[in-house]
Amino acid sequence: MADPAVAAGGLTKRFAGTLAVDRLGFTAATGEVFGLVGPDGAGKTTTLRMLAGVMTPDAGSATVAGHDVVRDPEAVKSRISYMPQGFGLYEDLTVDENIRFYADVFGVARAARDERAERLLAASGMARFRDRLAGQLSGGMKKKLGLTCALIHTPRVLLLDEPTTGVDPVSRRDFWRILYDLVAEGVTVVVSTAYLDEAERCHHLALLHEGRLLHCDTPARLKAGMPGAVVRVTSPAPDAVRDALRQAPGVTSALVVGDGVHLVVDDAARRVPEVRARLAAAAVPCAEVAAVAPTFEDVFVAAVATSGEAGP
Amino acid sequence: MSDAAVVVEDLVKRFGTFTAVDRVSFDARRGEVLGFLGPNGAGKSTIIRILCALLRPTSGRVRVAGLDVTRAPEAVRARIGYMSQRFSLYDDLTAIENLRLFGGLYAVPAGDLDARIRWAVEMGGLSGREHELVGTLAGGWKQRLALGCAVLHRPPILFLDEPTSGVDPLSRRQFWDLIHHMAASGVTVFVSTHYMDEAEYCNRLALIDRGRLVALGTPGELRSAPLGGTLLLVECERLGEALAVLAQTPGVREAAVFGDALHVMVPDAETALRELPGALAAHGLRCERIEAIAPTLEDVFVHRVGTAP
Repeated sequence: MADPAVAAGGLTKRFAGTLAVDRLGFTAATGEVFGLVGPDGAGKTTTLRMLAGVMTPDAGSATVAGHDVVRDPEAVKSRISYMPQGFGLYEDLTVDENIRFYADVFGVARAARDERAERLLAASGMARFRDRLAGQLSGGMKKKLGLTCALIHTPRVLLLDEPTTGVDPVSRRDFWRILYDLVAEGVTVVVSTAYLDEAERCHHLALLHEGRLLHCDTPARLKAGMPGAVVRVTSPAPDAVRDALRQAPGVTSALVVGDGVHLVVDDAARRVPEVRARLAAAAVPCAEVAAVAPTFEDVFVAAVATSGEAGP
Repeated sequence: MSDAAVVVEDLVKRFGTFTAVDRVSFDARRGEVLGFLGPNGAGKSTIIRILCALLRPTSGRVRVAGLDVTRAPEAVRARIGYMSQRFSLYDDLTAIENLRLFGGLYAVPAGDLDARIRWAVEMGGLSGREHELVGTLAGGWKQRLALGCAVLHRPPILFLDEPTSGVDPLSRRQFWDLIHHMAASGVTVFVSTHYMDEAEYCNRLALIDRGRLVALGTPGELRSAPLGGTLLLVECERLGEALAVLAQTPGVREAAVFGDALHVMVPDAETALRELPGALAAHGLRCERIEAIAPTLEDVFVHRVGTAP
């Protein structure tokens, strides 16, 4: 078995008395998409900076692409590509000029650069915009140009900090398609996101909360391991459904969503008929009561609850 | 009179030769949470600015809280609340000071201000933190304070721009619970977002693409409306390679990775179910499962809007 592309153990970073990252450990295998998933303040950016060799941990260690980020950060930097939030595009240069600039910075030969730029721009649907100034691109296109620049050399490990924030779903799909192409070539991608629905797209992920690792596993196992079950009640009167079920036995939470209520229950098979009966008794209209797969938000909320954190 | 809090008829907005909003019509009921979805540059923000009476329509009719936005822009602005994703709070003021400031900006009658502030503090669960500097509050508190500031003048219409992006899930749920309570009391809420998990909280969704309204309905209606094809879930080995193969396979309109499987959109499910496993096998990829599934909101979004960047 090959060494993992990224291995972190006990990573810790403190800022002015706040533990931004608290004894974080995980490994990412070569050729996978590994997600750092959590809300603002979970420690995602700090973790990526330490993995990129641009910030020294207070304690712990990490090996990235075979090199230690503390002892040999320069060796790490030459084997990775790191795209921070607000990646530095030159707004008064065109798309092509930005790509050429980064190719020169990374020492990429012209033939390799042209071939790669063509492929990346085609994959991101940006081939028509090569002569446009970067400053005149939409938010989603800027992110895709940033990724193209970060990938103009062939990194072994790609570190991306919230690459899809503010990007619409169509551009996000383009973005993920490019990432999967890279993974097929053997590149390892570590990507952070505050959007729990993006967790779905990672091979493995670390759920982070306030600097600590809640869980680390595949999306399927994280969902399967969630205590309890989720039941969806579709109804034209969601508020009435919530009020009728909030105190019902076995129901731990009742949340109004657009056209219904999202319930977390201890046992779906047992509670679904009870829920139906309760709503009928209270004369609350409902179209459907059914067990559904939990979302990552459900998984996350359950993980925070069992970790003993009350939350704000 | 009808229940409509907002009525938009044949709205057009042009900037020079560019048509940002193209004959859009819809209405929003009193107490409804209506989501606006669409790609960057689709015209969502333009529509919202017009509804807020910050931009004049080129043509068409827009009534907000019973008032025409062109004829009575000031009165419209007094009846709306607005909260942006980057909460416009003053970090170096306390929670109470922010509320007082916004109360003044929104011209809340002096006699009502104290009671309104107490209400906002209680609603946001901010009791005990009123005198803390906003800069030291965690995201969830700030967000509820920003909401309090936006509704201090009791607007019947509220606009939220990606209100819970990046906020931890527990705070997000508390926030949406507040929003649904507010809607139940008669406030009409507009939510503009790129995130399908926020869209799920809306009663109805308006999908905007290139200035036009391309779909309007409950999340369930949008998910069950025909997309001109069938969505297949494909589980197989080496997803990246499989994705590349399927993207080149005739009869596949779109393929995307979803976790440890692919979502593949095909016009003809029967043929695809029969032929795709073979297409994968020809590249040495074994297909472990293939079946038709219900689309997610994101699938709906991607297939209902154009694919141009």
